[in-house]
Amino acid sequence: MIKVTDLHKSFGDNEVLTGITTDIDAQEVVCVIGPSGSGKSTFLRCLNRLEDITSGEVVIDGVNIADPKTNINKVRQDVGMVFQHFNLFPHKSVLENVTLAPLKVKHETKEEARSHSLDLLGKVGLSDKADDYPSSLSGGQKQRVAIARSLSMNPKIMLFDEPTSALDPELVGDVLAVMKDLANEGMTMVVVTHEMGFAKEVGDRVFFMDEGKMVEEGTPEQVFEQTSHERTKSFLSKIL
Amino acid sequence: MNLNPEAFVDIIPYLVTGLWYTLIITLVGVALGCVLGTIFGLMRLSKNGFIKAIASIYVEVLRGTPLLAQIFFFHFGIPNLLGFNLDALVSAIVVIAINSGAYIAEIVRGGVQSVDQGQIEAGRSLGLNSRQTMRYIIWPQALKIMIPPFGNQFIISLKDTSLLSSIAVAELMYQAQTYSSITFDAFEAYFMVCLFYLMITIPASLLLRYTERRLERS
Ligand SMILES: Nc1ncnc2c1ncn2[C@@H]1O[C@H](COP(=O)(O)OP(=O)(O)OP(=O)(O)O)[C@@H](O)[C@H]1O
Ligand SMILES: [Mg+2]
Repeated sequence: MIKVTDLHKSFGDNEVLTGITTDIDAQEVVCVIGPSGSGKSTFLRCLNRLEDITSGEVVIDGVNIADPKTNINKVRQDVGMVFQHFNLFPHKSVLENVTLAPLKVKHETKEEARSHSLDLLGKVGLSDKADDYPSSLSGGQKQRVAIARSLSMNPKIMLFDEPTSALDPELVGDVLAVMKDLANEGMTMVVVTHEMGFAKEVGDRVFFMDEGKMVEEGTPEQVFEQTSHERTKSFLSKIL
Repeated sequence: MNLNPEAFVDIIPYLVTGLWYTLIITLVGVALGCVLGTIFGLMRLSKNGFIKAIASIYVEVLRGTPLLAQIFFFHFGIPNLLGFNLDALVSAIVVIAINSGAYIAEIVRGGVQSVDQGQIEAGRSLGLNSRQTMRYIIWPQALKIMIPPFGNQFIISLKDTSLLSSIAVAELMYQAQTYSSITFDAFEAYFMVCLFYLMITIPASLLLRYTERRLERS
């Protein structure tokens, strides 16, 4: 589903990703961990070209998005993204946040978009908030709306960049539960996270990144319990 | 003391005429200024260096020269060079439009830039193209940010029209000057003209403050 070959990304002279190669299958849940500044977000953002790709290939469902001729807007319809700070549209109601893309990009009718969006809000447990504005929601509720918004385009892949890092601890569980449901439904997911419990329980594979490199990839057991990499060990000892 | 109480009333019909001119010049001028300001403000945000440079030159030249110089340049300078005459009212509206446009361009640029970058990313990652993201996500939020400084600019432009008396546009200030030069009731004339300006600017700034408070709450 996602095939990354020798991906390099530089900001000016600063090479942030130094040649990443990996394959992610359909329905797989991959958790990306690593120290701050290691390039996790940058890697994720290269997967929907929110960052321009310096060199290498990123093939999403058969389409190489590193190719400037690719219609990236088309590809992005299939790749949802959830951000650490939610980035909900503050001038739109919860329902309007979710219906915007189906209406404007897919040209669904108001009725179609509305009923589909209400279903999605039900799925994340927020049907009763449809007419509220984002400013009146808690962080956990905001993030669940953001997930519903991404799902409104029926994506094949969902990218999550530290979706629970900005939340109060007691709100993290609701968001993780929604993500777990998604995983169980067979969504292909790439999740940058510090939630090791989630990675162990839901993740099929864990990527450990450091200094722009994929130091290690393997099942959660392999990475968390049997790693032979010094850098992985020292990182895990700091966060566990 | 040399006070002529009747002059306070006498001058009113002239000032009412002047007020219409002032209002029309300001409203039409600033409306056109909004169009110019939006175009040049967005040009200043362009990634294309050439487009950006044109907009920057416009903004810097207009903000870096006195309005009175702009009025004379446009009303006397350009017609003299090209050999035609301009109606003073036309010059007045055009100069207010070009001048307020430069300031509004900066308001537009600031408004768009102060919308969180994450909003663009959220829109684009949903598959909206850059135009749709601008139209449905960035612009509505930017407009809200732009309202208070825009209201300010409107009040400034309204007061700026007084300089148009120098090219004999029949606005408020010109009426007061003319009246005073005929009757020699200078105190009465200029007192009343200030009162007329305040009649517009005070309600305008109250309305502005009210709108600001409402925007803050929402
Ligand atoms: N837009 C940018 N311009 C310049 N440098 C950037 C930009 N975005 C990221 N970087 C740099 O790239 C490096 C990797 O950043 P990235 O955000 O991918 O790290 P991260 O692993 O997600 O870290 P964190 O856990 O703190 O989110 C950092 O050194 C950062 O300073
Ligand atoms: Mg990050």
